[in-house]
Amino acid sequence: MKLLFEISKTGRKQSLLPELDVKETVFDQKYLRAADPKLPEISEVDLDRHYTELSKQTHGVNDGFYPLGSCTMKYNPRIDEETGSNAGFTQIHPLQPEESVQGCLKVLYDAEKYLCEITGMDGMTFEPAAGAHGEYTGLLLIRRYHQSRNDTERVNIIVPDSAHGTNPASATMAGFKVINVPSNDKGGVDLEELKKVVGKDTAGLMLTNPNTLGLFDPNILEITRIIHEAGGLCYYDGANLNAIMGRVRPGDMGFDCVHLNLHKTFATPHGGGGPGSGPVGCKDFLKQFLPGDTVKEENGVYRFTTAENSMGKVRSFHGNFLVVVKALTYILTLGKEGIIEASGKAVLNANYLMEQLKDLYQVAYDQTCMHEFVLCLDELKKETGVSAMDIAKGSLEYGIHPPTMYFPLIVHEALMLEPTETESKETLDAAAAIFRELYQKAHDDPEYLHNAPHKCPISRPNETEAARNPILKYESD
Amino acid sequence: MLNPEELKYSKTHEWLKEEADGTVTIGLTDFAQDSLGDIVFVNLPEAGDEVKAGESFADVESVKAVSDVFSPVSGTVSAVNEEILDNPALVNEDCYNAWLIKVENVSDREELLDNKAYEELCEKEG
Repeated sequence: MKLLFEISKTGRKQSLLPELDVKETVFDQKYLRAADPKLPEISEVDLDRHYTELSKQTHGVNDGFYPLGSCTMKYNPRIDEETGSNAGFTQIHPLQPEESVQGCLKVLYDAEKYLCEITGMDGMTFEPAAGAHGEYTGLLLIRRYHQSRNDTERVNIIVPDSAHGTNPASATMAGFKVINVPSNDKGGVDLEELKKVVGKDTAGLMLTNPNTLGLFDPNILEITRIIHEAGGLCYYDGANLNAIMGRVRPGDMGFDCVHLNLHKTFATPHGGGGPGSGPVGCKDFLKQFLPGDTVKEENGVYRFTTAENSMGKVRSFHGNFLVVVKALTYILTLGKEGIIEASGKAVLNANYLMEQLKDLYQVAYDQTCMHEFVLCLDELKKETGVSAMDIAKGSLEYGIHPPTMYFPLIVHEALMLEPTETESKETLDAAAAIFRELYQKAHDDPEYLHNAPHKCPISRPNETEAARNPILKYESD
Repeated sequence: MLNPEELKYSKTHEWLKEEADGTVTIGLTDFAQDSLGDIVFVNLPEAGDEVKAGESFADVESVKAVSDVFSPVSGTVSAVNEEILDNPALVNEDCYNAWLIKVENVSDREELLDNKAYEELCEKEG
């Protein structure tokens, strides 16, 4: 399809831009540009069609099933959008006097209270812009803690081999050395191997539980104990919180700090480039190091305060505030019972779908899963030549978003499915039928799947080339 | 696949061939290409670049991940395999012929394994 610049015709106009509502100012000549910027000139109807056409070229949660494992692509309730677009939240400035934005401060205060209750933490910052930024912030908390005790030898962060790739990346960014621990045959952390790598140089552990295989590690208390006994801290990657929200708390598992992906677990739109929100919660003893401002309440008045040994700011102002508004709406809409029901259904749905598929596809770790499960297509590839990539591409043809491919790295030809709690039994049955059909197709007509999708606007783009040499701007003649 | 007897192997899964003219040829082992999965991109240095033993000289991107390739020797790159730049899948298809670079003026080298010791290492890692 054509770009806006390509459909532009000189002189075309529309009336979508608002009237100028501030006094016109004349700038000094030296600040003015000599020529008009080359902006596209398009009529309203053409503009409307352009964006409608664009929306047809993609697949969102609103288009159909979206079992992209580890990403928690649950439905985002409309009510979250309604509150999130309330003018009282959108038409404010972060430097407004506190007394003029009391409602907004209460949002941060309440969100902190509820999210601390859900995670078992004592304090929280909303500054981090998304998950990996939260990881980085959490690691800085760990660093600050050891520094404050003059414990400067602790340079290692332990990460299991099933971890999200962001964990070792964040640890490296934060200046730590990454130590990998292998998984045991049940998909959990190998305790013996863990004991071998802890010591005086252990700064901490990064772990997600349930892990990326969708399995809850039953040794979690033992794992956090081993780390604490070595003098390290435990960091909980909240990426998979959707499986346990309202049921088990990272704080009770022995974790000292945690990040949440509000855009995942607490249902705000994501996957389109943001904005996300990755608040970081911590136990009491780490609160003194939290970045930025947190909200305190005194006699019904809310105000910002900064922690005494704060690490400084990790982002401008107060993070992506509107995402917090949407997440708080989600929590209040579901309530205590609803939150517990949501995680229960997320786990039930994943187990249901896994049971529908496991007579054909090999499940990487055949046991009760949490909110997601991983299929291993190694055998299928050996038999038919059809890879996990081919099956994923094939699923596009049936109007469902592909599962996560080739992750976690410890499973060969992995497909990771996370149906989420918002899908009905009918949707899950339909998806199971599609994956079963794809399995049959792999045997009957592998060539078809090697070239799939056949019916989508784009078939197989050169993803490597696109990632390495992206064309991000339009150049006019 | 059998790891050829005439080659030497690094612990980071590169193979090395001593050529008669004193240069060495470097490539990725079968274990490496199998673990990486379908390779979609190979990024190589240019002839004339220096490589250092134990340091990364190239990266390969597969459907799973981008990984560094480490040089078992120090020296100067005398040739790169242009063919695999255009067709990275050759590394998956025939890794012991799809060499990556040739190095001359070899000054330093890592401790390398013979095919038997290398296979034992793979066994452990597999």
